Amino acid sequence: MEIVHPRSIEEAIAGLSDGAVPLAGGTDLMVEVNFGHVRPENVVGLRRLEPLREWDGSRIGAGVTWRRIEKEGPTALAEAARTVGSPQIRNAGTIGGNLGTASPAGDGHPFLAAVDASIELTSAGGSRLVAWDEFFVGVKKTARAPDELITAVELPDELPERQAFGKIGIRNAMVIATVCAVVTRSEDGRTTVGLGSVAPTPIRAPRAETMISSAAKPTDADLAEFQRLVSEEVRPITDHRSTEEYRRHGAGVLARRLLERCLR
Amino acid sequence: MIVELTVNGEPVTARVNHPGSLLDLLRDDLGLPGSKSACEQGECGSCSVILDGALVCSCLVLAADAHGSAVTTVEGISEPGALHPVQEAMHRAGAVQCGFCTPGIVVAAADLFAVNPHPTATEIKEALAGNICRCTGYGAIVRALEGAEIVADR
Ligand SMILES: Cc1cc2nc3c(=O)[nH]c(=O)nc-3n(C[C@H](O)[C@H](O)[C@H](O)COP(=O)(O)OP(=O)(O)OC[C@H]3O[C@@H](n4cnc5c(N)ncnc54)[C@H](O)[C@@H]3O)c2cc1C
Ligand code: FES
Ligand code: FES
Repeated sequence: MEIVHPRSIEEAIAGLSDGAVPLAGGTDLMVEVNFGHVRPENVVGLRRLEPLREWDGSRIGAGVTWRRIEKEGPTALAEAARTVGSPQIRNAGTIGGNLGTASPAGDGHPFLAAVDASIELTSAGGSRLVAWDEFFVGVKKTARAPDELITAVELPDELPERQAFGKIGIRNAMVIATVCAVVTRSEDGRTTVGLGSVAPTPIRAPRAETMISSAAKPTDADLAEFQRLVSEEVRPITDHRSTEEYRRHGAGVLARRLLERCLR
Repeated sequence: MIVELTVNGEPVTARVNHPGSLLDLLRDDLGLPGSKSACEQGECGSCSVILDGALVCSCLVLAADAHGSAVTTVEGISEPGALHPVQEAMHRAGAVQCGFCTPGIVVAAADLFAVNPHPTATEIKEALAGNICRCTGYGAIVRALEGAEIVADR
């Protein structure tokens, strides 16, 4: 096994060209290695690649850790960061690694969906920005080509004033989401809902969004309808962590509570 | 490949031929068995070390990726021959049953006290959220650490 420690993005990309595996915090990849599921021959070590850790306003470098996002991120993304694993995991794990894995349960994803973020992919040919809904293509499948590095997450310049993240799981710390969600609401009432763990990729709930966005002062009946629509729009499965029914119900309840937090 | 790193202040060199973890390197190659190996998936915290200033699970660090890094293990958490205030507090309170989780708890707690010398019980619990005690001795551990500031202040 060989590892290179690039000092620039260009060096990192050059390292990827011969089929090497990028390694950031290792909190996903090393579990696979320890259990013998992957045996990388060539590794590009990104942990100390400074340009990947740059955070410039709405552009968050892929190598920024959850620890930093927890302290410095926009409200709902910081709230999501605070629920990732444990202090040890947040110190190592990065937003770029979360995207590289693209687990349906990734806690960073609902925020990216809710604010319509893009992912910056860079190869020898240059950089391209891929909208979140084109980036995630299936369970742990993304639009990233093997010779591309995830270099940054690009957020819109203006973020909704009100935003909230929530996660349902069997305990507070160290838990993979049964459902996770972000709801945002702007001054003009425009509401977005990003959901995780309820479909092969993170999703939005467009019908629920349209319905509640037109309610300037949502009534209890509006909130109930919003909850019902979110539950209707998700596409969960039953697996070892939960059932389809529970996730469907939970998604509606969670989205409604997050909306209520935004309205307060 | 040859991996050069600093462990507990000492420069060390080791040959790594396989995609093993920093935990394996510490225990098997460097003779530092204080960091424990249990889950190897980041869940239990018994392998906790300080890597380049940050508390991490050494089982999730590729040994070769530690090249050029500085690592502090439980063996190096205190001055030689002395106990870290966290160790002293846990020792006095008897906050140890089988002791398997203890090195990881000590490293995680030392990391907390370095930035927050007077943590509340809630802050202690949050800081130890990544450390599992399979003897379930959490009550005694949290109580011991609540008193650790007293030891540190002396
Ligand atoms: C105990 C434990 C608890 C966890 N809890 C949570 C949780 O609560 N919520 C959650 O969402 N996740 C959780 N995770 C998963 C993991 O911590 C996150 O997904 C984290 O963000 C991964 O980041 P990393 O830097 O460690 O990625 P790595 O493991 O280094 O990499 C992950 C994948 O992405 C690729 N990759 C990394 N960086 C790049 C890049 N810049 N460009 C291209 N590809 C790249 C790697 O090749 C690999 O395939 C947990 C993991 C563990 C072990
Ligand atoms: S052995 Fe590393 S966290 Fe359990
Ligand atoms: S004392 Fe036995 S595992 Fe904690």
